[in-house]
Amino acid sequence: MKILVPVKRVVDYNVKVRVKSDGSGVDIANVKMSMNPFDEIAIEEAMRLKEKGVATEVIAVSCGPAACSETLRTAMAIGADRAILVQTDDELQPLAVAKIIKALMDKEQVSLVILGKQAIDDDCNQTGQMLAALSDRPQATFASKLEIADGKATVTREVDGGSETLHLTLPAIITTDLRLNEPRYVTLPNIMKAKKKPLDTMSPADLGVDTTPRIKTIKVVEPPARSAGVKVADVAALIDKLKNEAKVI
Amino acid sequence: MSSLVIAEHDNSSIKPSTLNTISAALACGGDVHVLVAGHNAGAAAAAAAQIAGVGKVLHADHDSLGHGLAENVAAQVLAIASAYSHILFPATVYGKNIAPRVAAKLDVAQVSDITKVLAADTFERPIYAGNAIATVQSLDATKVLTVRTTAFDPVAATGGSAAVDVVAAQAASADVHFVGSEIARNDRPELTAAKIIVSGGRALGSNEKFMEVMTPLADKLGAAMGASRAAVDAGYAPNDWQVGQTGKIVAPQLYIACGISGAIQHLAGMKDSKVIVAINKDVEAPIFSVADYGLEADLFNAVPEMVRAL
Repeated sequence: MKILVPVKRVVDYNVKVRVKSDGSGVDIANVKMSMNPFDEIAIEEAMRLKEKGVATEVIAVSCGPAACSETLRTAMAIGADRAILVQTDDELQPLAVAKIIKALMDKEQVSLVILGKQAIDDDCNQTGQMLAALSDRPQATFASKLEIADGKATVTREVDGGSETLHLTLPAIITTDLRLNEPRYVTLPNIMKAKKKPLDTMSPADLGVDTTPRIKTIKVVEPPARSAGVKVADVAALIDKLKNEAKVI
Repeated sequence: MSSLVIAEHDNSSIKPSTLNTISAALACGGDVHVLVAGHNAGAAAAAAAQIAGVGKVLHADHDSLGHGLAENVAAQVLAIASAYSHILFPATVYGKNIAPRVAAKLDVAQVSDITKVLAADTFERPIYAGNAIATVQSLDATKVLTVRTTAFDPVAATGGSAAVDVVAAQAASADVHFVGSEIARNDRPELTAAKIIVSGGRALGSNEKFMEVMTPLADKLGAAMGASRAAVDAGYAPNDWQVGQTGKIVAPQLYIACGISGAIQHLAGMKDSKVIVAINKDVEAPIFSVADYGLEADLFNAVPEMVRAL
């Protein structure tokens, strides 16, 4: 069984982005880029399935500019067997990415696609669900536990107030939540090994996908700033402020 | 032009997130219809008909809709989608799970987590953990939206008198089965709808300490309980308590952050709270930069002292 894991190159989670002064977007020139954290969890889960003998091959895919090949090398350093870069310098929105992944899912005949639940740049939380719809396959989003047996996935999902468990018939789409696993550290020997693993490059057009954006960004601005208030000396002063000044208790 | 709001409900009552979503739908203009897709959900449909501003309630009832499975609810939405210019879901675990399926099947983009309606096709939404606000225009004929509930005042739950139309349930997916759920029952207010939230961070040190120190304060204030990602990751608090970019977005009247340093991902989830209190012994903690009232103190002393003083 093959597993496909899409990974996104995003601004590192430790970077506080700045809005460009012309309001056209955020400034991502010269900032540290990393793999989207939820996608690391996705790769880790795929590797665990391979190590258990459930999966035979883990394929990482990334969509975007040439620099996404770095993210794919990281995925292969974690353990992915090979990688596919769907290269374009055009803006890609979730619907277009879902169509690209759907085309690869068909081409590679994969049984499972594991994605991060959300990318930390656009915060959309869409691609996995869109992929599931386009491929007419079942989905389990926000997964905290995954088991595969007899052509079915048993998935525990994080929901309000607790968790729920679903049985999905493969092929299926899973999106990862925080507690699914803790990704391993990438070791130097594995980074060296990853450099030799195969990385194919193709374009969205090669897969027959039209990536024309459907949403136009008109402007991007800084959020209204929240100013710091006052320091209070002790608990009594705090309670007094909350009761008599803010009147919230 | 008319809007369809997908109601979040538990088959017997409508969840508050639905009221905020209807508010956003009214801002888009035109009639607002509400779909209640559930099982034995007559009471929820009747409650939806009472909501102010609702023109019509569509009620689909079937065993396969009882647990809100995305495959089945999306099919139900798609069966009636062509009548609407806007299809809105709350940006909750429920809505986020279903909305993209509907958008993809309609071959339209989804605008996630809208915080303002500027025009019928133009919306504001936060990106990069709320560190930037984008104004975006949907170029598609049908707008599929998820609504950040804290950004829209809820409409009144009563005062309306809409008709309830029964719609036929669609065929259920054969590829997904609901096995069961483990939902912790508690009497606390829901995190995203609470007026007061007390929230704990990694400084609590353990699950036992978290509960021992934070619970009495929450009890005293009738508050919901939240946690930072660090506390959730460390297993001190349940996952659905996580406040932040990838967890819950909250905006209570009062948010009390105890032992939370204030990473940008956490601030993204709570900085729209009316009054923020930070209790932290680290004077450099970034949480103090957004707090209305900062108390530099060890939470293990300060929180019990608050409980005694309240």
